[in-house]
Amino acid sequence: MVERIKIKTADLNVWFNVIPSLKNIDIEIHEREILGIIGPANSGKSTFLRCLNRFNDLYQSFKMQGKIFIDEMDIYANIDVWGLRKKVGMVFALPVVLPLSIFENIAYGPRRHGIKNKNRLADIVENTLKAAYLWDEVKDRLDSSAMKLSGGQQQRLCLARTLAVEPDIILYDEPCSGLDPISTAKIEEAMVRFKEKYTQVLVTNNTKQAARVSDRTAFFLMGELIELDRTEKIFTNPIDQRTDDYISGRFG
Amino acid sequence: MRHNAYQTQKIAFVLLFIATVLVVLPVIFIVFIIVQKGWHAITWEFLTAIPKNGMREGGIFPAIVGTVYLVVGTLIFALPLGVLSAIYLTEYSKDNLLTRLIKLAIINLAGVPSVVYGLFGLGIFVIFLKFGSSILAGSLTLAIMVLPIIITTTKEALDSVPQSFREVSLSLGASKWQTIQYSVLPHALPGILTGVILAISRAAGETAPILFTVAAFYLPHLPQSIFDQAMALPYHLYVISTQVPNVSVEIRYGTALVLLVMVLSANFVAIVIRSKFRKMKKW
Repeated sequence: MVERIKIKTADLNVWFNVIPSLKNIDIEIHEREILGIIGPANSGKSTFLRCLNRFNDLYQSFKMQGKIFIDEMDIYANIDVWGLRKKVGMVFALPVVLPLSIFENIAYGPRRHGIKNKNRLADIVENTLKAAYLWDEVKDRLDSSAMKLSGGQQQRLCLARTLAVEPDIILYDEPCSGLDPISTAKIEEAMVRFKEKYTQVLVTNNTKQAARVSDRTAFFLMGELIELDRTEKIFTNPIDQRTDDYISGRFG
Repeated sequence: MRHNAYQTQKIAFVLLFIATVLVVLPVIFIVFIIVQKGWHAITWEFLTAIPKNGMREGGIFPAIVGTVYLVVGTLIFALPLGVLSAIYLTEYSKDNLLTRLIKLAIINLAGVPSVVYGLFGLGIFVIFLKFGSSILAGSLTLAIMVLPIIITTTKEALDSVPQSFREVSLSLGASKWQTIQYSVLPHALPGILTGVILAISRAAGETAPILFTVAAFYLPHLPQSIFDQAMALPYHLYVISTQVPNVSVEIRYGTALVLLVMVLSANFVAIVIRSKFRKMKKW
């Protein structure tokens, strides 16, 4: 089966100051797949993720060579970065809820993109909260502060907030690192269901999570892409010895 | 051994306590003396009439009005300039030698003695720009004096907004300015307000910067425009205490009391806002 390529990087190199962070990365990410990215700390997996929505632009010391294409558009050419970030959503490691109500947290993105109509906003809030499996828990208190939610609820709120700007692609930067197993399961369930609509890239420290949800898995080490293959293959019969060592817990 | 450690600790605590009390005592003393000697002078007439008989009788109304004008004028210039430049320095400017020098300059500006601001205002606004001794010149001089206060407190307020709020907003495709407008400024507002109030109390209480730039020894009427001189409480207090013989103690302390109440109540509002903000803040 030939998959449509959603994201493609060509000879991607990244430095912070002069320290290399990513080396010659060539990856193709298929439309509507979940690509898991595993690897030890400082392997460059988060840096890679943050290249895809140009979030590394926020750091003065960031330097990049090579090209990244999303839907065949060079995203580091002179493009509309805000439009790109609307299209490429991101869920962070720690749930960051804004000190606003649950409703306003989700309405934040749509409002910035010009949606003012109350009913439309209410629809967006309801639909995204349902998609993130949070609606039933919060539907009676949308106007109360989002800070009062538990950690797992907050992360699902962040997920809903990301969905609210109607992205094509969702990037997850260790989204379950601070969550209990039940919250983690809810987020993973949502991810798997999102496959019908979104292309997803999941950076995780939890190799088992990559094994559970991702279609293909990439292993990063010291800024290099060591191996990328179907998830079953990576976890049962990896080609590279270092991949085998990492997933079997011999280092990292 | 244990016993000794206990004794030493006790002595240390007592010393620390005494030091703290010694810090608070002068404040209590000053307030007490001013209230005790001045409160008899506070009458409706004292607050609303102009001075009479060479300032030995009558009220201090023109000085109160002058001080209010100066504070308002100061804020008109210093508030937008200070807040906007703090936003630029915190959110937009890159961290390079130039911005570090600017930040250093602002910190140093806060340490310049107020009489130097007065001389500067005299040279620039009164003489060079030909504003004369006027509310305009005085407000501008005070504005420059309080700028570092407003910039520093605004910068601190902006810095205290977690970086993650900005990241979330940007990750949703908001522009940088939208991010500042909706994700940073609302959460920094109470801190900025605190700085504004500190600036108000500083501008209301300073004598030296207004000495050469606006303050009138005595005016029988209220100022008519921003190009008029004005009386102001701190300078008026200086005048009736040292320049005019035989002013009653009551009037002098009464004037001091009015000034003190104005400045302290401004500070009190700042403290209330800050403590409310702390309770609200949960991140």
